[in-house]
Amino acid sequence: MHTGMGSLAHTVGTYAAGLAAHEGEAHAATGFTAYAWLLVALPLAGATMLLLGGRRTDKFGPVVATALSWAAFVVGAIIFVEMLGRGADSRAQNVTLYEWVTAGTFKLSAGMLVDQLSMVFVLLVTFVGSLIHVYSLGYMEHDPDKRRFFAYLNLFVGAMLLLVLANSYLLLYVGWEGVGLASYLLIGFWNWNPAYATAANKAFVVNRVGDFGLTVALMLMFFHFGAVDFQTVLGKSAALTGANQGFMTAMGLMLLLGACGKSAQFPLQSWLGDAMAGPTPVSALIHAATMVTAGVYLIVRSAPIFEAAPTAQLVVVIVGAITLLFGAIVGCAKDDIKKALAASTMSQIGYMMLAAGLGPVGYAFAIFHLLTHGFFKAGMFLGAGSVMHGMNDKVDMRRFGGLSGAMKITWATFGLGWLAILGVPPFSGYWSKDKIIEAAFIGEGWRPWVFGGAALIGAGITAFYMSRLFFMTFHGKKRWDADDHPHESPRIMTVPMIVLAVGSAFLGLILSWNDMFVSWLEPVTGAEPEGAHPVVPVPLLLTLTLLLVAGGVFLAWMRYWRDDVPVTAPAGSLVTQAARKDLYQDQVNEALLMRPGIHLTRSLVFADSKGVDGAVGGLAALVGGTSSRLRKLQNGFARSYALTMLAGVVAILGALWVIS
Amino acid sequence: MTEMSTVPWLTITGLIPLVGALVVAFVPGTVENAKRLALGFSVLALVVGIVAATQYDPSSTKQFQLGEQVSWIPQFGVSYSLGVDGLALVLILMSLVLTPVCLLAAWHDVPEEAGPQGGRRTKAYFALLLVLETFMVGVFAATDVFLFYVFFEAMLIPVYFLIGRFGGPRRQYAAMKFLLFSLAGGLIMLVAVIALYLQGPGGTDGFLIEKLTGLSIDPTTERLLFVGFFLAFAVKAPMVPFHTWLPDAATESTPATATLLVGVLDKVGTFGMIRFCLQLFPEASKWATPVVIALAVISVLYGALLAIGQTDMMRLISFTSISHFGFIVLGIFAFTSTGGAGSSLYMLNHGFSTAALFLFAAMLVHRRGSKRIPDFGGWQRVTPGLAGIFLVAGLSGLALPGLSSFISEFLVLVGSFPTQPVAAVVGATGSILAALYILLMYKRMMTGPKPDGLAGVRDLSLREKVVAAPILATFLVLGFFPNIALHVINPAVDKSLSYVHTDSAVTPAAEGSTK
Repeated sequence: MHTGMGSLAHTVGTYAAGLAAHEGEAHAATGFTAYAWLLVALPLAGATMLLLGGRRTDKFGPVVATALSWAAFVVGAIIFVEMLGRGADSRAQNVTLYEWVTAGTFKLSAGMLVDQLSMVFVLLVTFVGSLIHVYSLGYMEHDPDKRRFFAYLNLFVGAMLLLVLANSYLLLYVGWEGVGLASYLLIGFWNWNPAYATAANKAFVVNRVGDFGLTVALMLMFFHFGAVDFQTVLGKSAALTGANQGFMTAMGLMLLLGACGKSAQFPLQSWLGDAMAGPTPVSALIHAATMVTAGVYLIVRSAPIFEAAPTAQLVVVIVGAITLLFGAIVGCAKDDIKKALAASTMSQIGYMMLAAGLGPVGYAFAIFHLLTHGFFKAGMFLGAGSVMHGMNDKVDMRRFGGLSGAMKITWATFGLGWLAILGVPPFSGYWSKDKIIEAAFIGEGWRPWVFGGAALIGAGITAFYMSRLFFMTFHGKKRWDADDHPHESPRIMTVPMIVLAVGSAFLGLILSWNDMFVSWLEPVTGAEPEGAHPVVPVPLLLTLTLLLVAGGVFLAWMRYWRDDVPVTAPAGSLVTQAARKDLYQDQVNEALLMRPGIHLTRSLVFADSKGVDGAVGGLAALVGGTSSRLRKLQNGFARSYALTMLAGVVAILGALWVIS
Repeated sequence: MTEMSTVPWLTITGLIPLVGALVVAFVPGTVENAKRLALGFSVLALVVGIVAATQYDPSSTKQFQLGEQVSWIPQFGVSYSLGVDGLALVLILMSLVLTPVCLLAAWHDVPEEAGPQGGRRTKAYFALLLVLETFMVGVFAATDVFLFYVFFEAMLIPVYFLIGRFGGPRRQYAAMKFLLFSLAGGLIMLVAVIALYLQGPGGTDGFLIEKLTGLSIDPTTERLLFVGFFLAFAVKAPMVPFHTWLPDAATESTPATATLLVGVLDKVGTFGMIRFCLQLFPEASKWATPVVIALAVISVLYGALLAIGQTDMMRLISFTSISHFGFIVLGIFAFTSTGGAGSSLYMLNHGFSTAALFLFAAMLVHRRGSKRIPDFGGWQRVTPGLAGIFLVAGLSGLALPGLSSFISEFLVLVGSFPTQPVAAVVGATGSILAALYILLMYKRMMTGPKPDGLAGVRDLSLREKVVAAPILATFLVLGFFPNIALHVINPAVDKSLSYVHTDSAVTPAAEGSTK
């Protein structure tokens, strides 16, 4: 019998049974890959247990959360090994879970796409994420709300894995806002400080602006393709030949808006600097290595849409170029070590975005840089946390200096990250960033010169501000306060830093061997077009880049190592002042959006109570036969009138009853 | 059109609370026992309702099931006729779940009074809530237009007394305002109801919906009739500019009343739009669409902007509802199956979402003794558990993906886009405003340094946890398994849309571009 309860049983039944496999490139999952949902479920189970378990789980909760994060890594590693065992063509697998939403013509099942691209993210997120869990065991040891912190970290890992594993834009959206929620909760983790609470709100609201773009993109997809799963949307986008440019451009731009919010790209970059209010491990994991790169993932995943919309693709490159310079300039002026790193993150994601907008010549390198950046930037953030740990939670680099002696491991691991981000061969960043610069110089007309130029100049500025940061912190004269007694952090914190530093040093080299990484991704991102050469010869480009980098380092050495660094910041030039204020991003947003919004809200509230309500109230009073307005309503004629009307209705009904 | 039931399930379900109300009000006993009895009767109604739901067959071709029909006033064509489609069933179940939750939340709403008469007010309060439950079942189950009207108006009586006798300092004013607005809408509808009957075939059961469906009415008359019904529903829903009674009613009434008023009663408005406006006046519905869509989008943005500007929690929550009702109406008048299903699901989700916001906010008000947002601050450190569930309620209000409200809002938007692209895109900005009104409220109330002098304030009690658990569970279950409800809703939506004759099975551009 088909019943209401029966339909519930039916829904749960399909959950177990799964749906018929999709046809096409992604095969139905076999072997352990079918358990990919464990990747999401394990960390989410941890978060649930810690949040619902309450104080009872205070003691063992953080350790369990860490263990569950490692368990997710193990699951990911097994699936990865399984994937390696298959041929390149059959590596992408589809795990269909259950019928999720069926509403009218909208039909979608929840499922996961386990392919080469999502696997890169799974390994990055679970490995770096688990290391940061371990580090946090030390960093957050004395925080009374430690359990809540680990619950949120687990929530983040689960949501991030859902984001990268989802096989439809709608399920991706769930992970997308899930990581946003975790980010909001962790930025505001110490929200007894009102400024931190504001930072958390800012992050969420700016991201919502981006998510508006994602929503509109979903509307366009459903309208245009009648579906929102990757298979249909991307398959049909790839099959388009020049038709429906307008639609595809709109779709691409809306996706880009979403990516800009999540990845702090211009013009939605303003939240990232303030997000440093969160505990430092959070900055390392969420606001450097993983979540903020989700925008790049979105663009690369949606490659067929952008291939069909060259205008949108161009805008991606422009946004990336602007942001990489924007972040680099801001990074030069920040004295707060975490905010300087945040600006750098923004700038580096700008590089990835630029690469993602270049098309097949850039996709693989966007992801490659995302991966190496995940290691070296997370490592440097953990290093910054270690410095703060040893310096009474100070973040002002003008009060650091000469820390290399006191914190040898921190200095060495940070130093490897520094070399990596500079792009010094043979460290990791060189293999990914230099390739992006090369790719930016490929093309015709003005584009390679403008975009390549931006990427090249950005590399020089990066060298300057990162060296400034490194020297101001670890070298030069000691500018410590009297009560500062810097010391190395405990082993539970240094070991994750060492592991990440090893990755910063060698990951790029290893993965570049035989073009290993690029060919791994090729089935997803497409092959690099043959015969695409930069407009400047590669050896010349390489020399130029290294010269600019050396120049940046030298300049920083002169000003921040050789010369004394004043403990209070000098007034600085107009550019410095602007950079300190993040190029006036908040002022612009306030003038254009916030203040008009507040005025609109206030005047509407006033109009609603005085205008709309007053008019209606006056009318009601008029009906009541009295001109002295609402006060009379309470005991005046209107009340008896209304009650009489009600009584009348009842009486009529009664009379009809009697007649019958 | 109606599948008759051998057991009068709907009548039994509806009568249980009424019997409960009489027992609670008139059988002597302690107040505590009376409250327990009231809760017991509402739980019994829920159990019977679930049993009734198992008899429902989503794959049936009949519009109404669990049907009952008795001639009531044959001279005037009125029958006592009940029956449910998927939407009505879901809304009845929602009412049946929310009532016991509200009763439990309302445990200490009425201050204890000393003396022999002490418990009478409390008993009256619980009895009125049960009476309201009976009418809620009736209004969704009525398949006779006149019977619907009777329930529609009868609901006003318990609500009027619930607001006017048990509310806050300005309760008299709020109750009267509510009554005037509702009566004004209702009387216009009464005229339309009678005029509609005169257009129909007449006879001893001439008020049955099935007798009045598919009439060929002269366009002007049809439009007038549509307007008559629509105005009453727009006041009830409420849509801008007929909304001003709601914030007053919600803030002056007790939280349980506010929950049932906004969460369930207001749904009669949007339910009525689908059941009566679309089904009985399809041509006029299409004629009125541009105006209705405009009002819906205005409601979305206006409600959200006003919510941002409120300093009273309860008013803020009621303005968020005005915004959400805008979404529901948008989905209904998009005339697509996806939009309609989204709106129907939205009605269900919004009931739980609003219940969570009102009831959890009330837990805070109870502790602080104030509804004003600025009177709070730093409460996450006073009552972390309560702050946590309040945040989840808020996230449901802003339609966070993963929670049930997201699915419905998303379906409304993607479902509206094919026919109303501008409205859908403009409406989507409402989700940015939603983040603002929820998170600003949370920030003002919960974050900041721990306030002094609140040492005696306790976190969630067991009773409060029992109130919260079913609501929060619903968020997650319907967020990840919305098909539980959609399987039942979809056929009802298709049926309603079949009257407006829009072919929603095809998304135009998809067919044009990819073949």
